[in-house]
Amino acid sequence: MAYAAGVDVGSTQTKAIIIDEAGEIIGRALIDTGANVIAAAENAFAKALAVRALDEREVEYVVGTGYGRYRVTFGNSQVTEISCHGRGAVHMFPDTRTVVDMGGQDTKAIRVNPKGEIVDFCMNDKCAAGTGRFLGAASAALDIPLDQLGEVALQAERAVKISTTCTVFAESEVLSWLGKGKKIEDILLGVHQSIAARSIGLLRRVGIEPQVTFTGGVARNVGMIEALNRGLNLQVNVSRDSHFMGALGAALFAMDHIRASRAPVHEAA
Amino acid sequence: MTYTIGIDVGSTYTKALVFSESQAIAGKAMAATGFKLAEVADRLFNQAVAEAGLKRADIEYVVATGFGRHMVPFSHVSVTDLTASARGAAFLFPGTRTVLDVGGQTMKASRLDDASKVKAFRLNDKCAAGTGAFIEKTARYMGYATEEIGPLVATSKNAVPISGVCAVFAESEVINQLSLGAPPADIMHGAISSLVDRSVQLMKRVQMEAEYTLIGGILRFNTMARVVREKLKAEVNVPPGEMVQYATALGAAILGHQRLRKLKPGNLN
Repeated sequence: MAYAAGVDVGSTQTKAIIIDEAGEIIGRALIDTGANVIAAAENAFAKALAVRALDEREVEYVVGTGYGRYRVTFGNSQVTEISCHGRGAVHMFPDTRTVVDMGGQDTKAIRVNPKGEIVDFCMNDKCAAGTGRFLGAASAALDIPLDQLGEVALQAERAVKISTTCTVFAESEVLSWLGKGKKIEDILLGVHQSIAARSIGLLRRVGIEPQVTFTGGVARNVGMIEALNRGLNLQVNVSRDSHFMGALGAALFAMDHIRASRAPVHEAA
Repeated sequence: MTYTIGIDVGSTYTKALVFSESQAIAGKAMAATGFKLAEVADRLFNQAVAEAGLKRADIEYVVATGFGRHMVPFSHVSVTDLTASARGAAFLFPGTRTVLDVGGQTMKASRLDDASKVKAFRLNDKCAAGTGAFIEKTARYMGYATEEIGPLVATSKNAVPISGVCAVFAESEVINQLSLGAPPADIMHGAISSLVDRSVQLMKRVQMEAEYTLIGGILRFNTMARVVREKLKAEVNVPPGEMVQYATALGAAILGHQRLRKLKPGNLN
């Protein structure tokens, strides 16, 4: 059995996925990237190997992706995260034509063809507005753990409109609404809606074609799923492994390499 | 003697300044704005009046300015901070033709005519990258408090290039520079330099002309004025000490006297 791995070194978290020839995930790991990016890639890979007690040598090909892909020192090659997210999303949800990926520092809108190839993409590259960072700021300002923000927002009755775009100013706006006596859940719903609106703006630039698959760390947030569903007026696909989509795509590309390297051998035989 | 007070409710700090008919600053007070704008304005009114050795009843006219000017219930009139800062800057430096005001959450450039009236202005209030918040965030990422920025950056000889596109993204840039061994002072210097680039762009858009007067909390750091001087290749006026922060409240108080003269022409001697 051949195994392939994808290591996605994100700005906030590093993800590793190991797949078998059938494309099934047999190992996954998620750790904080921290300051030592090379170590983060190594540790995530080691953790994913440990799931099935695999030896590093059993993994024939490793693809690095994410902003730190060139720091995956043991990687055989690198693929951009855009390609990996598209590939992973189509593997998980074959009818995916549009992918919205929300990470810790960036949001990407990607349009793909049925093969999972990139047709067009768009991302926030100059500004942290509308990214997971906005939620991080709200979490800090309201003292609510990041993974509970979405559930709190779902209890809102009436969203507070967040008028600032900049993540830095949004933090003070959240506090000012709190000072004016607004309910935390209503403020949080406003925060989620504001990020969703910003992402939908990116999606419009590439064209929104169903189905839409929501990937990245923020896809674990139920409030954001709901805000996107409402804003887009459809149901986005979300996988339990949504935050591993980039790593999965990378692993699938790695498996392509393994197959390609074997093909001539089969012909000769 | 007739007294007026200017109350400048800024995004970060609120300033109050009592000004006499004889053109003397009688008292002043400053505090963080927080979220209860009417309360902080009221408290600073009392403090500034007390410092002047006066009673509230001695103040004949109250002029509110700044982003929270409409939240000062006891003001007689409110004026925009552009009008007030133009008046304050021209009082301190009569030759002023261009004012740059860099506050906690805004950056403003305005060009004045011979009568110190605003002829053109440009604002940046949508993005923290062009404001004091950018400098504060940069300091925070390195573990320095706002008060420590001045002494820290004063020790820098060279600026490390910081792109300054987004105050949130600056964090990874700062961490990256620190890991490369750049001294925090030089990183701070780089952040100020990138802020000055933005200021100069804003000033160009109002067709700046000499004399240039710089005001706002950021000017507490001497490096800011020095870098502006270097980039403009021109002399700049900077009010002494805390007056960089009080210039707008001063302008508001001066406008109060002007208003009083119009209201009671008979009282003029």
